[in-house]
Amino acid sequence: MKILVCISHVPDTTSKINFTEGDTKFDTNGVQFVINPNDEFGLTRAMWFKEKQGASVDVVNVGGTETEPTLRKALAIGADSAIRVNTPATDGYQVAKELAKVVEDGSYDLVIAGRESIDYNGGMVPGMLAQLLKANFINNCISLEVDGQNAKAIREIDGGKETLTASLPLVIGGQKGLVEESDLRIPNMRGIMQARKKPLNVVEPADTSVKTEAVKFEKPAPKGDVKLIDPDNLDELIDLLHNEAKAI
Amino acid sequence: MSVLVYIESEEGKFKKASYEVASYAKGLADKMGTSVTAIAFNAGDVSELGKYGVDKVLNVNNDKLKNFNAEAYSDAVKQAAEKEGSKVVVLSQSANSKYLAPLLAVQLEAGYASNVVGLPESTDPFTVKRTAFTNKAFNFTKISTDIKVIGLSKNAYGLKEAQGDAASEDFSPNLSEEDFSVNVESVDKATNKVTIADAEVVVSGGRGLKGPENWGMVEEMAEILGAATACSKPVSDMGWRPHSEHVGQTGKPVASNLYIAIGISGAIQHLAGINAAKTKVVINNDPEAPFFKAADYGIVGDAFDIVPRLNEKLKEFKEKNA
Repeated sequence: MKILVCISHVPDTTSKINFTEGDTKFDTNGVQFVINPNDEFGLTRAMWFKEKQGASVDVVNVGGTETEPTLRKALAIGADSAIRVNTPATDGYQVAKELAKVVEDGSYDLVIAGRESIDYNGGMVPGMLAQLLKANFINNCISLEVDGQNAKAIREIDGGKETLTASLPLVIGGQKGLVEESDLRIPNMRGIMQARKKPLNVVEPADTSVKTEAVKFEKPAPKGDVKLIDPDNLDELIDLLHNEAKAI
Repeated sequence: MSVLVYIESEEGKFKKASYEVASYAKGLADKMGTSVTAIAFNAGDVSELGKYGVDKVLNVNNDKLKNFNAEAYSDAVKQAAEKEGSKVVVLSQSANSKYLAPLLAVQLEAGYASNVVGLPESTDPFTVKRTAFTNKAFNFTKISTDIKVIGLSKNAYGLKEAQGDAASEDFSPNLSEEDFSVNVESVDKATNKVTIADAEVVVSGGRGLKGPENWGMVEEMAEILGAATACSKPVSDMGWRPHSEHVGQTGKPVASNLYIAIGISGAIQHLAGINAAKTKVVINNDPEAPFFKAADYGIVGDAFDIVPRLNEKLKEFKEKNA
């Protein structure tokens, strides 16, 4: 089984979010970038398929040279090779189209992406990719087993879960649950050394047209101070929730 | 030319989020000088949609569509959009709508903006405001395609009553075998529980509660308020509560009216995930906990002392205001 894991290069979850150039660009100054958490759960699940079922695992990112350390980290975790499509990722559809070309050129059986990136939160690349490939698609996936050409997956739905089956080729929008937090791997020295020698192939984009464009950013208005309530006067909280916030 | 809105139903009944997307579609249609058409699957009485400005309802009744199926539903919505000549399709941001929307966008060659929080700033160019960086910022997204797909964030627009005929019309889309190539084997869903996605109030517990055996008071508060229960990431990682209750950046997003955090310190990832809740209350014994900076109301003190007393007061309040 040939697996491709899509890797978004995103600001660390604790990053301060600021904008520059008249609020039109994300300010990367002093920001630490990481593998998108939803993608990392998928990558770790892919490692399981590699170790238990002999799958090959490649990783891919659509982005500039600045994303290569993130791809190297994925290689250090255990992916076999990496592909970078050399164009900035500006629009979900544009990214999905570039990925579709990589999947077709590499004849992958299974593509695992995160349900959404934690920067733009578009939540559209996995589904668009599947549709462009005419492949099956399962979103919000929290469990995945593959036996030959058949996959069995569990999807999180509002208020429960759903068990699904589908044949390969398949695209997964994954999240926590594919593996547990404690299963995530921190690259060791050997992995990091090996990653330096693994192939990282740069390919040029096929088409850079976009359908959407983030034209401006804005930070939420600063929040007012918290109203502290005396633990011995809980009636005040109920009064405020009822009359001021109209929340109960 | 009408604005098309995908209306979700459960066991034939519409949810509040359905009326919200209908209201939004009406607001958009007014702005564009057109009408609103809804598409609903195996829904019962659709007349209620008229109260939120829906003019026409395309009613799909098909046993094969009893379970949600993203590919088949997307195909049906696409055909409805073509039939109506719709330039904009509006959906909610439920798990199912988020599953369907990107498939639909490719089928319609449409630009798709998710997590949208209001009507477009302008319709030419078509620019909408949406949340990004997990609620830490907003961005304005310009959609340059002829057809647009809009995913509306929960509780971002609200319900707005308007007059519409909600004239019901049977609609039978042509569905192919490929539409059903992902099979639903089983659905496991608690029918009597309020879900985090639908809840008006969410009551959430953190590590400060010291162990799973202490969740009784959290569940009691949820029951009194008709709320969903939730938890912080460490709590689900330690297995005190199921993963499905984990809210935050890598868990479920919360956009309820009220969020009550008990014994949660407020890690940045947690706050990002619950930031869209309208009113936030924190109960924590550490006055330095970051949650106090994000909350509207706070009580510094021992949850084991405060929560049982608060539950009694809430019970009294609910009885009086029933």
